[in-house]
Amino acid sequence: MLRTKKGVQHEMRRKRITTATAVSAVIALSLAACGGNGGNGGNSDGGGSSTAAAQNAAVTKVFNPSDVKGGTLRMAHPAFWDSVDPGDTYFGMSWNFVRTYGRSLLAFKSAPGDEGSKLVGDLAVGPGTPTDDAKTWTYKLRPGVKFEDGTPVTSKDVKYGVARSLDKATLPNGYTYFNDFLLDIPKDYSVYKDKSLTGVAKAIETPDDQTIVFHLNKSFSSFDYFAMLPATMPVPQARDTGAKYKEHVLSTGPYKFESYQLDKQMTLVRNDQYDPATDPDTGRKPLPDKITVELNVAAADIDNRLLAGDLDVDIVGTGLQPSSQGKVLGQADLKNRTDNADVARLNYTQLNSDVPPLNNINCRKAILYAADHEGYQRAYGGSVGGSIATNLMPALVPGAEKFDTYGFETDKNGNVEKAKAALAECGQPNGFDLNVAYRTERTKEKAVAESLQQSLKKVGINVTTKPFPESDYTKLYVGKPDYAKNNKLGMSVFSWGADWADGFGFLSQIVDSRVIRATGGNSNLGVKLPEVDKMIDKALVTTDQAAREKIWVDIDKAVMDSAMILPGVHAKSLLYRPENLTNVFVNNGFNMYDYTVLGTTKK
Amino acid sequence: MTRAEPRVTGHSADQVFAYIIRRLIGAVFLLIIITAVTFAIFFLVPRLGGATADDLASRYVGRSAGAEQIHQTAVKLGFTDPLYEQYGRFLKGLVAGQDYNYGPATEHCPAPCFGYSFLTQNPVWPDLVDRLPVTASLAFGAAFIWLVTGVGTGVVSALKRGSLLDRSTMSIALAGVSLPIFFTGLLSLSIFSYSLGWTAQGGTNPMDASNPAWWAYDLILPWVTLAFLYAASYARLTRAGMLETMNEDFVRTARAKGLPERTVVIKHGLRSALTPILTIFGLDLGLLLGGAILTETTFSLPGIGQYAVIALRANDLPKVLGVTLVAAVFIIVANLVVDLLYAVVDPRVRTQ
Repeated sequence: MLRTKKGVQHEMRRKRITTATAVSAVIALSLAACGGNGGNGGNSDGGGSSTAAAQNAAVTKVFNPSDVKGGTLRMAHPAFWDSVDPGDTYFGMSWNFVRTYGRSLLAFKSAPGDEGSKLVGDLAVGPGTPTDDAKTWTYKLRPGVKFEDGTPVTSKDVKYGVARSLDKATLPNGYTYFNDFLLDIPKDYSVYKDKSLTGVAKAIETPDDQTIVFHLNKSFSSFDYFAMLPATMPVPQARDTGAKYKEHVLSTGPYKFESYQLDKQMTLVRNDQYDPATDPDTGRKPLPDKITVELNVAAADIDNRLLAGDLDVDIVGTGLQPSSQGKVLGQADLKNRTDNADVARLNYTQLNSDVPPLNNINCRKAILYAADHEGYQRAYGGSVGGSIATNLMPALVPGAEKFDTYGFETDKNGNVEKAKAALAECGQPNGFDLNVAYRTERTKEKAVAESLQQSLKKVGINVTTKPFPESDYTKLYVGKPDYAKNNKLGMSVFSWGADWADGFGFLSQIVDSRVIRATGGNSNLGVKLPEVDKMIDKALVTTDQAAREKIWVDIDKAVMDSAMILPGVHAKSLLYRPENLTNVFVNNGFNMYDYTVLGTTKK
Repeated sequence: MTRAEPRVTGHSADQVFAYIIRRLIGAVFLLIIITAVTFAIFFLVPRLGGATADDLASRYVGRSAGAEQIHQTAVKLGFTDPLYEQYGRFLKGLVAGQDYNYGPATEHCPAPCFGYSFLTQNPVWPDLVDRLPVTASLAFGAAFIWLVTGVGTGVVSALKRGSLLDRSTMSIALAGVSLPIFFTGLLSLSIFSYSLGWTAQGGTNPMDASNPAWWAYDLILPWVTLAFLYAASYARLTRAGMLETMNEDFVRTARAKGLPERTVVIKHGLRSALTPILTIFGLDLGLLLGGAILTETTFSLPGIGQYAVIALRANDLPKVLGVTLVAAVFIIVANLVVDLLYAVVDPRVRTQ
C-alpha cells in the first residue's frame, strides 16, 4: 500500500494537534514562574552573620559575608520585566535591581532584618523635611554624584526624572503616585510636549543644584516612600529618548549598561564615575566586576541551573518553582541552602457586600467562621508557602499588630457552631448559594476555591467555583464592580503584594473605597467603609511615625470587624542560594535577596 | 494543505516559469488573507464578547492605570480607529513604512514595517531579522541530522526486515515519536548539560559564538533532541516506503539486469520511496523555520519560536502578525519547492 500524500498529511495533522496541545503545556509551565509563593511566619531582627550553610541563614543575618571583589554575577529571568527605564517600572525585583545602575533620593538600607525596611539617604543626604502640613517636602542632594559620562547630577535631573514619568502615554508601565499627589499637574501631561517643564513648575522646585522641593495637592505623611521610588533617579533632559531610553539608561549607580538586547539579555559593567564616598549610608557593596541577566529562560531551566551551579540568582525573587521545591526540601544539603523569607503579600478572599446575602454582616461573619484556614494554607503549599493570616497586615510591616478576631488560630479548620449561629442571625439558618471567582492559571487559587467549597458546605453554604482568565481578572471581571455584582461574584480569591511594607503601601489600595473605579482594574474588590476612609485620611496627615502606625492598625481592625475580607495566608517564598554566592541576605524592603550586595566566589 | 494547481508535467522552461509566477501571485494573496484573518481574530472576536477599544488597551498599560490613561493608550495604539483603517495602516507599513512617535521625536520605520510592539514599543521587523539565524541554525542543523539518520535507519531496517536490528530501531523510533520534546529536552539538559557538563546549558545565544565550533557546541543538544523526534517518524516512513518499493516490478527488473545491489537500493528503490518523504520534509522544514516553538522554549534559544511565545503571552498583535507572516512565507515557499522537486525526484511524475 503506497502511502498517499493525503494520508501522510493526515498523520502530520494529528501530530500538529498534539504539538499545539503540548505548546500550551509548556506555556503553562513557564507561566508558573510568575506566581507568588508564601511560607510560614517569623519575625526578623537584624544583625549577625554566618558561613555555615543552614536553612534560613540569610533571612535575618548576612550569609557568607565578604568584601572580595571580582567575578560575574549571573542572573536570569523567565520572561522579561516591564522596563529597565527607572521611570517606567512597577515590579519589586526591578526596584531592587535598578539600584545597581541608579540612585534614587532615598533607598531601603541594604541590611538584613528590620534594618532593611528603613529608608536612608541615597542621592539625598537623608529623609525629607515636611512642612505645610506634610504638603511640602524638601530634600538635599549629596554633592559629587555624577552620571556615567562624568556629567554632575543636579536637582534639575531629579526633577526631570520625576516629570517624565508622569507621561503615561510614552511610559505606560509605572505607578501613578506622582500623578496623583503632585500639585496642579495638567491633564495628559508630557515633558515631550512641554520641554520647558512649565506644567510641573508648581509641583517641583529646584531653588539650587542641591535642593529639590515637592509640592503636593494633599497632605501625605509617608512621602519618603515616594522618594524611594526609581522615578526619582536622575535623568538628563538632553539625553532623554522617551520610550527608547530603556535601550541605554544613563547610570548613576555602581554599574552601567554595557549592552541590552530587548527580550534576550543585558550586561552591566562597573561604572567608573561612581564614587563610594558619596554613598555612605545605603550599604551597597559592588563586588562583582560584571552582572549578566538572561531573559526568557525557561522557568524550569532556571531552577535546574541554580541547583547545578550554572546560575547565581533567579532575579524574579519569588523563589523556587513548586516542582523544584519538593526535591530541594527533601535533600538535607539542598535544604540548608534555602531561605524561607516573609513576603509583604496577603493571599485573601474578598467578600462582596453588593451580592446578597453578603450585604448582611452576619452572613459574612459566618463565612469567616466556617472557612478552613489550614486548608487555605495547604493550597499555598503548607507552612513553606505561608502562615495562616488572622488579620490583614503581616508582621514585617513596621508597627503592625497581630490579632485574631474570629479565632482562626484556635479553630484552624473552622468552627461550624459559630458559623451556624451567625447564619441564624443573618436570617439564613439553612445556608445559601454563593459563587467564588479565582484566576484560572493560578492552581493555588483554584485549590483555595475548592477548599472553601468543602468547608462552607458543612454549614449549608453551597459554593460554585468560577474561573476567570488572569489577564482580565481585575480589568474586566472581578475588578469591575458592575460585572461582579451582576454575575453574583460573592467571593473572589485574590492576592495583594504591597508596593512597600507600610500601612499606606499595604492597605490603601485594597481598603480605601475611593480608589474603586467603575471602569474596572481595581485592586479594592469591595471594601466600602466610610469610617475606614476617614481613618486613612487621618493617617495621611500624621507625620509622627508611631501615631501613624497605630492608625493603620486601627484600620486593619475595622476591616476585620466588618468581615469584608477573609484573610488566608501571609506569604513566604522559598529562595535558593547557590554555594558560590557571598553576602547573601533577604532585604525586608523587597522580600528577596538584596541585589546591591551580592558577590560570587566564581571568577 | 491542498493544492489547487496541477502538477508540473512538462520539461518546458516557459511552462515551469509560468507555473512559478502563478504560485507566487497566489502566495501573495494567501499572505494578505492570513494577515486579514489574524487581524479579525484579534479585534473582532473580543468585540463579539462586548469588549471596547479601552478594554483591549487595558492589557498594554501598567498595573495601576486609570481610565484616562487606558483611553490614551487606546488612541495611541489606534484601537479607536475603524478596523479597516487600522488594517490599511498595517498594509501600508509593510510596503511604505511607518512613522512612530517615541516621545522626544518621531522616527521612521522603513518598509517592511511590521509595526511596533504594543507592549515594549520596539519595532518588530528588526527583532524578526535578528532571531531568524537562530531558528534557521536550529532547523537546518536538526534537519540534516534527522534526514541522514532517519532515512538511513529506515533503509537499513527495510533491508533487514524482521531482524533484531529492525525491531529494536523501530521500537526506539516509536519512543521518539511519542515522547514530547519538552520532556526529552529538559531531561537531556538535566543529564548532559548539568550533570555531565558535556553540552551547553540552556539559554545561550548560539549567534554570539565566535567560531563555528562554539556555534555547534551551543546547538548540539537542541539539534539532537529535535532530530530524535523527527528521525523517528522518518525512519518509519522510509522503512514503509522502501518495503513497498522494493517489491515493485521495476526493482526486480533492475536486479535481473545485473545492477549492483547498492544501485538497485539507492537509485531505484530509495528514489521512488522518497516522494512522500520529500513532501513531509518540505512541510516540516517550512514549519520549523517559522519557529520551533517547543524546542526554543525548552532550551531558551532566542529564535522566532520563542518570540512567538513572548508575543502570544502578551497578546501583542504586531509581534504575532510578524511571526505568523514569517511562518506562512516559509511554509508557502517550502511547499512550492517541494512541488517543483517532484518532477526531479519521482520518475513516475515526469512520465505522466
